[in-house]
Amino acid sequence: MKKYLIFLFAAIVLHTLAFSQSEKYEGAMKTNLALFDSAKTVEDFTKLANTFERIGEAEKTQWLPYYYAALALSTAGWMPALADKDANADRTNALCDKADAAAVTDADKAEILAIRNMAATQQMLVDPQTRFMSYGIAAGQDLQKALKLDPNNPRLYYLQGASLFGTPVQYGGGKDKAKPVFEKALELYKQQNPKELYPGWGQKQTEEMLAQCQ
Amino acid sequence: MNRKALIFLFLIIVAREAALSQSVIMGKVLCKKQPIPGASITLKDTYDGTTSDSSGNFKFITSEKGEHLLVITAVGYKMSEQKVTISNQPIELGIELKEEVTELNAVTITAGTFEAGDKKRAAVLNSIDVATTAGSNADISAALKTLPGTQQVGEQEGLFVRGGAGYETKQFIDGNLVNNPYFTSVPDIASRGRFSPFLFKGTVFSTGGYSALYGQALSSVLLLESIDLPEKSEIDATISPLVVGLGTQQLAKNKKSSYGINYSYVNVGLYFSLIKQTPDYFKMPQFHNGDANFRIKTKNGGMIKYYTTFAFGDLGLRRPDIDSDYLKDAFSLKNNNWYNNLTYKENLGKGWKMNLGASFSTNLDKIQQQVQDKTNLPKQFPSSQFWMNSKNFSFHNLQNLSLGRAVIEKSLGGLSAIRFGGEYWYSDYRPKFNDTLYMQIDNYTAAFAEGSIYLSKNLAAQVGARFEHSSIINRSDIAPRISLAYKAGKRSQLSVAYGIFYQKPESQQLYVPSMLGFTKAIHYVLDYQRIYNQRTLRVEAYYKKYEDLIKQMPVSYNYYDYNNAGSGYAKGIDLFFRDKKTIKDFDYWISYSYIDTKREYLNYPVPLQPSFVANHTASIVTKKFFTDLKAGFNATYSWASGRPYYNILPDANNKFYIADQGKTIDYNSLSFSAEWVPSVGNTKAKSFLVLFATVSNLLGSNQVYGYNYSYNGFIKSPIMPPAKRFYFVGLFLSWGVDRSQDAINNNL
Repeated sequence: MKKYLIFLFAAIVLHTLAFSQSEKYEGAMKTNLALFDSAKTVEDFTKLANTFERIGEAEKTQWLPYYYAALALSTAGWMPALADKDANADRTNALCDKADAAAVTDADKAEILAIRNMAATQQMLVDPQTRFMSYGIAAGQDLQKALKLDPNNPRLYYLQGASLFGTPVQYGGGKDKAKPVFEKALELYKQQNPKELYPGWGQKQTEEMLAQCQ
Repeated sequence: MNRKALIFLFLIIVAREAALSQSVIMGKVLCKKQPIPGASITLKDTYDGTTSDSSGNFKFITSEKGEHLLVITAVGYKMSEQKVTISNQPIELGIELKEEVTELNAVTITAGTFEAGDKKRAAVLNSIDVATTAGSNADISAALKTLPGTQQVGEQEGLFVRGGAGYETKQFIDGNLVNNPYFTSVPDIASRGRFSPFLFKGTVFSTGGYSALYGQALSSVLLLESIDLPEKSEIDATISPLVVGLGTQQLAKNKKSSYGINYSYVNVGLYFSLIKQTPDYFKMPQFHNGDANFRIKTKNGGMIKYYTTFAFGDLGLRRPDIDSDYLKDAFSLKNNNWYNNLTYKENLGKGWKMNLGASFSTNLDKIQQQVQDKTNLPKQFPSSQFWMNSKNFSFHNLQNLSLGRAVIEKSLGGLSAIRFGGEYWYSDYRPKFNDTLYMQIDNYTAAFAEGSIYLSKNLAAQVGARFEHSSIINRSDIAPRISLAYKAGKRSQLSVAYGIFYQKPESQQLYVPSMLGFTKAIHYVLDYQRIYNQRTLRVEAYYKKYEDLIKQMPVSYNYYDYNNAGSGYAKGIDLFFRDKKTIKDFDYWISYSYIDTKREYLNYPVPLQPSFVANHTASIVTKKFFTDLKAGFNATYSWASGRPYYNILPDANNKFYIADQGKTIDYNSLSFSAEWVPSVGNTKAKSFLVLFATVSNLLGSNQVYGYNYSYNGFIKSPIMPPAKRFYFVGLFLSWGVDRSQDAINNNL
């Protein structure tokens, strides 16, 4: 009887702890993911990146916190207010390394490569003429690898479209080249049904870009 | 219920209650009293933490208890960990972070150097820059002449840096000395460099105060770093009225190794028949050039590289003889050159790196000069006309250089490192003047060590020394080198450099047995640099002192004794400004140099400004690319104030005196070039085409580099380029496929 009681209590305690842990994780992730919408400045995104990194460091086996930390940094990376694009990209890539170590499926790894593509693109844009051969090509290779892992990820097409959109017509880019890629992205966005906490961003941006292509 | 179980349950409840009570942790993150915003503060292995605000302050609440580790991270700083014991009391902490020294934020030792490459750091000049600098005609040295500190010398090849002669600048490929970096020239006409700018991914041009890893250059070193593996396999072709070429570069499928082979043939016959040249070319200059390479990436990220180039050149030209109104001097030159360079770079682990190099080159010049009469027949003179006789000569100059070099590097953490090593050059020169053979064998050995120490990201020192011994003069020396760099602001930095530089006497000064030692220069350099948003401003002041320069003493006509009694100084200021940002797709740089220098050396009887030095030089280089035309247009304007010239003759007491002197007119040159790249940006293009055209000295400005004097000194004739303008039109084609876009296109 005594042994049985102790076992019962222990079971209850363990169950509570385990349940509260995953509840705590999901809760924290949801709270902070909601903050993505209200974040506006470089400081906001840095804060968000720090928070997600903290969650990642505490969990260790989850790739999503690192992924969102990297996403927050690369979102800040597009802002003119962020001065040191190289340092930001270095930190983004370090977070991607950690996310990659925890990620299991090809689809997850493709999501991480999309972030790496943004980091490399931001570094390339510092001095496109000189850096195209290094960072420009690296950005292209990230997308290429990602598409092999998950050819149905809409974000990869959105990024590809954005890259074509930003490339002058003379260099093989332009609205006309970007439009079918954005259309393909939108088609995939409509089909996508991300699991809870999984990335789903980019549809709104794709629609905006597509509008600019008309 | 069991009592013990009840107590256990109670304890759990208490513990949970206790855990729910919260404590405050707050503080300030600083580095050297400056607040650090955006730092991440984490209670290790928990979700609790925060980010510091704009004044470095932070505050967060945690329900954790007991001993924990607080981890503070911020971009550009070293991670800091602090033990905290959390009870119900608020905790206040002062956190001091240490800067992380990285290649990006750290100060760089820039005194005396122009560094260029595809590294993250803003480059000064890369291979594309060299090719698109109007007037350079894709010659590395010609493009470097648009940088401050260099002279517009057109009558000899070489980089004349800060009052130094051309032979006082040495070139190194991957650390190995290049003995004959230029094609052999004919008198009064500069020749091109042997190496294409596209062979190199990085260039360091030091105009003074260079590292202890290099030696035997009194003024300057040009350090060329060859490219690693090519991006892709391709076949290249060059078609032009002056040159045709074909080559290939093959990258292995696993992208671990590559090889390449190229051949080109230059014949200026057609060009010279269209564009009149002052000299009468009786043998049209023609050159065969071949090169080959292989590169292998090793397992540990090391690299083995081999490059070889072979060149054969043949030319002959006649010019009027200055001592006569009908005689001509016919000069002919045959050149064979074979250059080999092998390097092996390897990571040895634990911060150790190894760089091994070996090189062999052989260069044979067969030079013949003959005085000819009106009908181009050889003319002989009685021995009383020795000055005319001396113009009939043959000179076969064979120069072999074999060398080995090893440099070991040990990282001391961060960017700090020590490097040490040695090199051995075996030079075997066999100049044969008429029938007299002079054997010159030199065993040159050097040992060197250098430490690059980053005291913080704002302060770095490079301290080194070099021991050298040359067997042909049987002298040794020790050359210390010191540079310091201080980052004065986020975008600006100050550097200073000091060093002693030795160079052994030139080959022709060692024909006669004499007790010559090393020539010596002491450099002091002060440099200010500001790089921001693709704009670079660089101001450099220097002072150089020369000791033990070689002096000539006349023995008989054209024969001299030599000693080390020469001396001199050079001081000046160099300005450089480059802006790639202000106007879209427009890139320009401006350089200006002022120099005050005098030397008492060679035949100069008193300290004189050398004839290759202009007090003021300036260049403006502009490049504009029009994306809608897919074409780029480049213009370069260079100016230099007049240069002094002298006629120095021996007097009756066999002492030199200045028989005549003067100053040339200013040098002006405006050059244009344009490139049309129709396939630019077309990622699906299987072939790549560049149409390139250039004209040097478009305005046809008179360029006088100095004067030649007749034997009696009564007649002087200006030294001018063989033609006022130089034109070039060429088509460069390459076939190769970059498949990086295929995957995406296939998925659409």
